[in-house]
Amino acid sequence: MDNIILEMRGITKTFPGVKALDNVNLTVREGDIHALCGENGAGKSTLMKVLSGVYPFGSYEGKIFYQGEERHFRDIAHSEELGIIIIHQELALVPLLSICENVFLGNEEAKYGVINWDSAERKTKALLEKVGLHESPETVVMTLGTGKQQLIEIAKALSKKVKLLILDEPTASLNENDSEALLALLFEFKSHGITSIIISHKLNEIKKVADQITILRDGATIETLDTPDISEDRIIKSMVGREIKDRYPKREPHLGETIFEVKDWIAYHPLQADRQILKGINLHVKKGEVVGIAGLMGSGRTEFAMSVFGRSYGRRISGEVLLHGKKVDVSTIGKAVDNGLAYVTEDRKTFGLNLIDHIKHNITLANLKGVSKAGVINDLQELNVANDYRKKINIRCSTVYQTTGNLSGGNQQKVVLSKWLFANPEVLILDEPTRGIDVGAKYEIYTIINQLADSDKAVIVISSEMPELLGICDRIYVMNEGRLVGEMLAKDASQDKIMRAIIRSGNKE
Amino acid sequence: MGVQARGNLREYGLMIALVVIMVLFQILTDGTLFKPLNLTNLVLQNSYIIIMALGMLLVIVAGHIDLSVGSVAGFIGALAAVLMVRSGMHFVPATLLCLIAGGMIGAAQGYWIAYLKIPAFIVTLAGMLVFRGLTLALLAGESIGPFPTQFQLLSSGFIPDFLGGSGGFHVTSLVIGVLVAAAMFYTSLRTRLNRQKHGFQGGPLWVFILEHALISGLFLYLIYLLASYKGIPNVLIVMGILIAFFTFVTMRTTIGRRVYALGGNEKAARLSGVKTERLTFFTFITMGVLAALGGLIFVARLNTATPKAGVGFELDVIAAVFIGGASASGGVGKVLGAVVGAFIMGVMNNGMSIMGIGIDWQQVIKGLVLLAAVIFDVYNKSKV
Repeated sequence: MDNIILEMRGITKTFPGVKALDNVNLTVREGDIHALCGENGAGKSTLMKVLSGVYPFGSYEGKIFYQGEERHFRDIAHSEELGIIIIHQELALVPLLSICENVFLGNEEAKYGVINWDSAERKTKALLEKVGLHESPETVVMTLGTGKQQLIEIAKALSKKVKLLILDEPTASLNENDSEALLALLFEFKSHGITSIIISHKLNEIKKVADQITILRDGATIETLDTPDISEDRIIKSMVGREIKDRYPKREPHLGETIFEVKDWIAYHPLQADRQILKGINLHVKKGEVVGIAGLMGSGRTEFAMSVFGRSYGRRISGEVLLHGKKVDVSTIGKAVDNGLAYVTEDRKTFGLNLIDHIKHNITLANLKGVSKAGVINDLQELNVANDYRKKINIRCSTVYQTTGNLSGGNQQKVVLSKWLFANPEVLILDEPTRGIDVGAKYEIYTIINQLADSDKAVIVISSEMPELLGICDRIYVMNEGRLVGEMLAKDASQDKIMRAIIRSGNKE
Repeated sequence: MGVQARGNLREYGLMIALVVIMVLFQILTDGTLFKPLNLTNLVLQNSYIIIMALGMLLVIVAGHIDLSVGSVAGFIGALAAVLMVRSGMHFVPATLLCLIAGGMIGAAQGYWIAYLKIPAFIVTLAGMLVFRGLTLALLAGESIGPFPTQFQLLSSGFIPDFLGGSGGFHVTSLVIGVLVAAAMFYTSLRTRLNRQKHGFQGGPLWVFILEHALISGLFLYLIYLLASYKGIPNVLIVMGILIAFFTFVTMRTTIGRRVYALGGNEKAARLSGVKTERLTFFTFITMGVLAALGGLIFVARLNTATPKAGVGFELDVIAAVFIGGASASGGVGKVLGAVVGAFIMGVMNNGMSIMGIGIDWQQVIKGLVLLAAVIFDVYNKSKV
């Protein structure tokens, strides 16, 4: 009889307007490496946050049984005391502090508040050896690559006497060697009795290390599989199998000639000079076409869009951008906008809106020329423009003088869309345009996208929601790790095929 | 409409505070505050602070700060002395050179801040030290004066009374005051009617009339007081023109709009096509020119350039902008607010001096008023 170290029963977690987890069950055997799989938004990270105490007891429904007893975790520290350590995808290291300082952060070797650095360094050295690192404990974390930083996080977990280690996409930003090293480490831990839960999209890796796989979809547990007999196809089918209901407005595409084209687009990471983020992207969009770019988070889609749009991301950028068949200079945002490009950002609050200002001012920001003469703004004209869009796009607000920070996510997104529509672009790149928006508002935004295409614009939609892309696009590109790994017409595409393209390319590495 | 009224209430809150403080000190000083001579002095004493506050408002709205303005003002004053008094240059080219020098200083600091992304606090702190030292160096530790009489008129002169007789009143000033009040009323009325024509209600008419009656009334009363002494000082004309200009730029032009967008969310502004670096650069150049102007006015008033000129100006200027409702994180702030804020500080300075309160306690009170103003403002904003 296997020892069950963790049982999560009937976990339901709701956020305003969204049910992230719906009666999820997870059972993990002691000493196993248990994989958690699912698409973006399936609920994997949320489930782990419930387990680790990021979402404390009381903020969810259901029960957690750990080591046989029911637990009510108040916060992360509470779960850590019992040996549940979570390593997030975004590493929680302080870049300017040393390895030793980071490893013992919050858990210092101290008596009455005074840190014993000798003891800390000794222990750090021992821990580093366990994970296979030979750096000096005084090395500043920022100078090390992601692979090593990941190992430091694991060393940190070991220092807290971990019993259940949770890793969220641990090899997402690692190269092959580092990934291998990490997986080998997990095996070693297993032999010491440490249980691991690993969230990952890399099915080939999961097949190598996991004993069991639990698949989540749309916030619910689909099934738990024993790995040895499993094929990747089987896993994929479980991950994506859902019907597309009639959530997308119908459209009759009328395609014209190619108006937007990107050739051989290459870009490097802004801080890590030799990390290539975009490895030669070639795509094109026709007039009246809605093209989607599918891919997992971290595949480089936003980086692509931002680097094309006035080089707002990345360094050592090269490649050509053609509009109506002619090369154009879009090396600054101003030039990109002047040439008819518009980019609706992924994060509307941080990059899309001036939250302390009202709707009217936000709508006209990208095209102040359109409401001014000789640099003087025509207040009335601006008011009319804003009210125009308010009606056309159905922005729900009391007046256009309402502060955008107070609007709902859907309405904020509509304001951002209005801003770019008013800039009269020919090519719009929409990055996750319906993220965090309710179903009703999503439909409205899809309708707007259709209208854009019908008015002979080219629209690129970047989205992590595959059904959305299948529902509104004419053609879909698939991107993974900085490369285009697939291109298919929407009518021939399916979630299965897209996922397969991603997995296949991941396996090639 | 309610939202707009709320915003207006905050502005009126500031004006009401000014009126209350004025009345308070009028009482505490047994009526001395509003004596025409004193009022004139009040305007003259605070002129350079207000002028520098205009530049500082832009800098703060853009999300930065400029700690060097006092030192720059002192330095330009010294430069003016060297040019006009020592080298005997005519005051017009000398003044121009000084303003340009101020602009160049602003450009130098602005370059580091805007393009190299070095925090404004540090760059201008360095500037503060550097230019204080350069002032001393330029003056070789001495005071230089007197300035040509023409130049002194900038600070201590009054506009000539073209229309006046020999009566006690400066008729031209009264006339100008009435014209300005009428012009303000007219533009406000025109905007209101224009909006109503397009279907936007502007709030009840009686409120509109009342607002303007109160503001115009107060304005004309002050002009009347000035007219009872020597009339409108030259520097008030300069102030008036600059205030009108900056109000216009911040409220009605694309450049002004972009500065607010930059301060409100720099990333979003940049991704919307705003040339954020260039804009920041220009706000610092503007600040430099206005700091230079402030320095010139100050030195003309004192009629001497001293090594200590400008010490502490930046604090009064920054306090004025924040009392006027600007936000420390940028994107919020009004020209009129900064002006009223400067006047609040000025009235307090003046009133407390008349009352004989020592400099020590004056500082304590000024500091507390600044704190209270900002707390009140932050509290108000969080309620919305």
